[in-house]
Order: sequence, then C-alpha cells, then structure tokens
Amino acid sequence: MSLRIVRPGLLTTVQDLGRIGSGALGVPPCGAMDPWALRAANRLVGNDDTDAGLEITLIGPEIRLEADHVLAICGSRFDADLDRSETPHAAAFVARAGQMLRLGKSREGARTYVAVRGGIDVPKVLDSRSTYLTAGWGGFAGRALRADDVLPVAPANGIARPRRLRSLESYCSEQSLRVIIGPQEEAFSSGGLGAFLSSTYRVSPRSDRMGLRLEGPPIDRIRPADIVPEGLAAGSIQVPADGQPIILAADRPVTGGYTKIATVVSADLARVGQAKPGDRLRFVAIDVAAARALWRDREAVLESGAAEIS
Amino acid sequence: MSWKWVGDRALLVEIGDDDLAAANARIRRLSLDVRDRGFSEVEDLVPAARTLLVLLRPGAEPGSELASLLEAAPPKAEPAPGRLHEIVVRYGGKAGPDLADVAELHELSEESVIALHTSVVYTVGFLGFAPGFPYLIGLPSNLATPRLPTPRTKVPAGSVAIGGEFTGIYPRSTPGGWRLIGGCDMNLFDVERDSPALLAPGDQVKFIRS
Repeated sequence: MSLRIVRPGLLTTVQDLGRIGSGALGVPPCGAMDPWALRAANRLVGNDDTDAGLEITLIGPEIRLEADHVLAICGSRFDADLDRSETPHAAAFVARAGQMLRLGKSREGARTYVAVRGGIDVPKVLDSRSTYLTAGWGGFAGRALRADDVLPVAPANGIARPRRLRSLESYCSEQSLRVIIGPQEEAFSSGGLGAFLSSTYRVSPRSDRMGLRLEGPPIDRIRPADIVPEGLAAGSIQVPADGQPIILAADRPVTGGYTKIATVVSADLARVGQAKPGDRLRFVAIDVAAARALWRDREAVLESGAAEIS
Repeated sequence: MSWKWVGDRALLVEIGDDDLAAANARIRRLSLDVRDRGFSEVEDLVPAARTLLVLLRPGAEPGSELASLLEAAPPKAEPAPGRLHEIVVRYGGKAGPDLADVAELHELSEESVIALHTSVVYTVGFLGFAPGFPYLIGLPSNLATPRLPTPRTKVPAGSVAIGGEFTGIYPRSTPGGWRLIGGCDMNLFDVERDSPALLAPGDQVKFIRS
C-alpha cells in the first residue's frame, strides 16, 4: 500500500487541512493552499476531509502505484494520464499496481491535489500531516518529495463507490477576490484605499506558500507600515513600506508587524491558492454577512457535489 | 474591550492603552480564559503583544458568550508567572555583530549595553514570527532600537537580538531584521519534545553574560 515517486515535479508536498491549535507556539498552520480542492478530492475517494493528499504545483510528478488504489485529482486541470490514457478530472478512478500516473503541466491555476483512498499515511507532527517546508518538519521528511520517495497509504474501511463532482470550479488567470476591509484601514490614505480597490495587481514570481507578492500601483499610507506584531489570518493582505501588497497564505508566520489593508474572504481563499505568477488580481470590498453567505454557497456545492455515479 | 473582524473567520481583540507589559499580561489572561471556556466555535488562538486573534471554525458564528467575554472589561488578574529560565549569552563578536551599532545609536558603551540587557528579568509576551520565537517584554527603554533597514537573509540559530521595544532569540536560522547583540546555545523549539517550545507565554527569562 504505497505510492512511489518516480519524478517529483516542481513542488509536490504532503498536505492536509493544516496544523490547528498550535498558533500560541508560533507554529504556522500550513496545509493545502486550496483546501476546497483537497477536500473535494478526499470526498471523491471516500476519505475524510482531514486526510492527507499530495499538493502539486504547476508541473506535476510521475508516480508509480505499488498496489491497487482508488485515486482522484481535483483542483486545477493538469495534463494527466495513467499509463498514457487520460485520467478523469474531479472523479474517482482505479489504478492498478505497477501503473504509472503522470501529471504534466497545469492548464489552469497553480495547484492540483491527488487524493488516494485511505490517505497518505505519514506520521502526524503537532496533530497534522502537513509539510512545513521552511522549518523542515511534518509531511514526508519535512520536505518536498523527491525521486524514489515511497509514500505509505493507510488502509481504507468499507467499499469505495466511484464518485464524480457535479459542479466544477474553473480557475482563470484574471480573478476578482472579495475582501473585508481592515483591520488597519486607518493606516492608509483614501487615495491608497481607492488604488487598492480599483487597480489590477500582478502576482510576482517571488510568491510562495507563505504569501502571494503582488505588483501594482503602490498603496499610499498616512501612518507607518510597522505596527506592534499581531496574529495573522489566512488571506490577510499586508502592505509593507514599499506599498506593494502581500496576501498571506498557508505557511504565513503566525504573527506579523506590518499594517493590513484587508483580508480575502474564506470563500475566495481557494482562488488565492490557485493564483500563479503573472496572474492578475483585483479586489472587491464586501461585508462579513455577504462573505459568510458566499462561504455557505461554496459549502453547499461541496456537499451536493460529490455524488455517486449511478 | 472591543473586537473587530479580520476577514470572515477571525476576530481581533486589542488592548490599546496601558503600557505594553500590562496590556500583554491582560491578553495572556484573556487567551487562557477563552481557551479554558472551550468555545465550540473557536478553532485556534494567537495571543500577541496587545492583541488576541480568535480564529473561528469554518462557517461558525461567534456565539453571544464568546462575544460578551471579548467585550467585557479586560481581565484584571495577572496570570501566575511561569518558569524562570537563565540563558547564557555570548555578547558581541561574531555572535553579536550589531552590538557596536546598538551602543553607538544609544550613545552607550558596549559594556553598558550588556549591563543593561542582563539587568532585567524579561517576560515571554508571546511566541511568533517562527516556531518558538519569544518576544520578550521588559527591554530597558534606552535599548529600544529600530529593526535593520534591510533584513539579513540569514540569521544564525540562537542569535539574541533587539527589535523595537522587544528582545528575542532566533530559534533557527531564518532571514531576520532584528539587531544581533549576542548568541546562545539553547534549543528553543524541537518538535520531537513533548513540549516543543522551550519558552511559554508568561515564562521569565534572565540573560547571563558568558
């Protein structure tokens, strides 16, 4: 019961939904950059949402099946085949021992997820199987996967019923992200806030799992960029002294000392995780009630989406 | 106190007045109170200098009991002091390349900087920036020093540093913008230990010159 990495791809890591409850130790949550896609992939193979899968970035790996497994690929569409025949996207499929799963380049956003029935069975560190790359622990040996790594797969209970997602997300290179303004909106001039909400920002190649660095019209401020450090939420947009915003992502530090102009709503965090260098992002301010309604709509799609194939 | 939304899944409570040590003691007390009440809608807590970030579970609404606790007067009772850690520091030289600059900025001798830095029992205000990185409160005000204009790409593990009104210790080698005044050999964070972080919020730290 295992998967063997033949070629690792650009950046392939073991991730689950993150390390929850370690914030007071200074430990970032990590976890899937597009948690919605990982959850969907897990549901397609009959796993729990919290099981670990593979997060695949821009260029995918080649994986040899060491046993029969039920797999699903969900997230951005990548070139993908199983022994040269195309694999379904966002639907469970069976792969036999000895077969080779190849993922090539992304055709859409930055990331896709491979779930395997039973889940990737690496040891939990601080209650999570997520890889924490900068500290070098968690996941598989605390690092991105390499050729010849063998990933154990946990045994699954019961019988897998093949499933397919009814409603598919598509990821394009120009996105609007809904945000809640604040918590330090008073640090910015009205012109700065206006620029933030009316400009298009380009995702810099220096972006990573810690954050998306954006390039665009600098955001003008009326107070210093430095504040006393405070806890950071996923999607918060900090603006350092150079006025170029950074959207904080899964591997963000737990605290930070830069002013934050806004926070991306949780329903749009998947889009943050799918943004790739060169993509263009715009920001639209909404209120908390609207954000919570968007989240409920998104959850409803996931709840109704993983339907059995009849 | 009052709180405000950070996005749609986190609440930020801030204690703005009071000096830093008093505000931080209240934040630590509040964080323990929220934790001990075991609110089902709360997923995680990030206590910091003057703020507590309350992260909610996906889709959960803040309940009225949580809201009233966060809106009540800040807790008066200080949490009991934690353990006292004595940490031996090699000041200056290769371990503390910014000691001379810190001394010069404050028109002090290097000896005076070391004497001042070792004169205080610090309190661990919170852990942040990197796993186990302690923000120590109690730095004598005449040692408070702005961060470097350009951060170093690599700060050695164990570096003892000053950043603004805090002093701290880098648990592992990371990029960093604090002024390095010395080094120590403590392993501040190890996931293999039962309690990975050596220092906990509320613990006391005394630096001793090697």
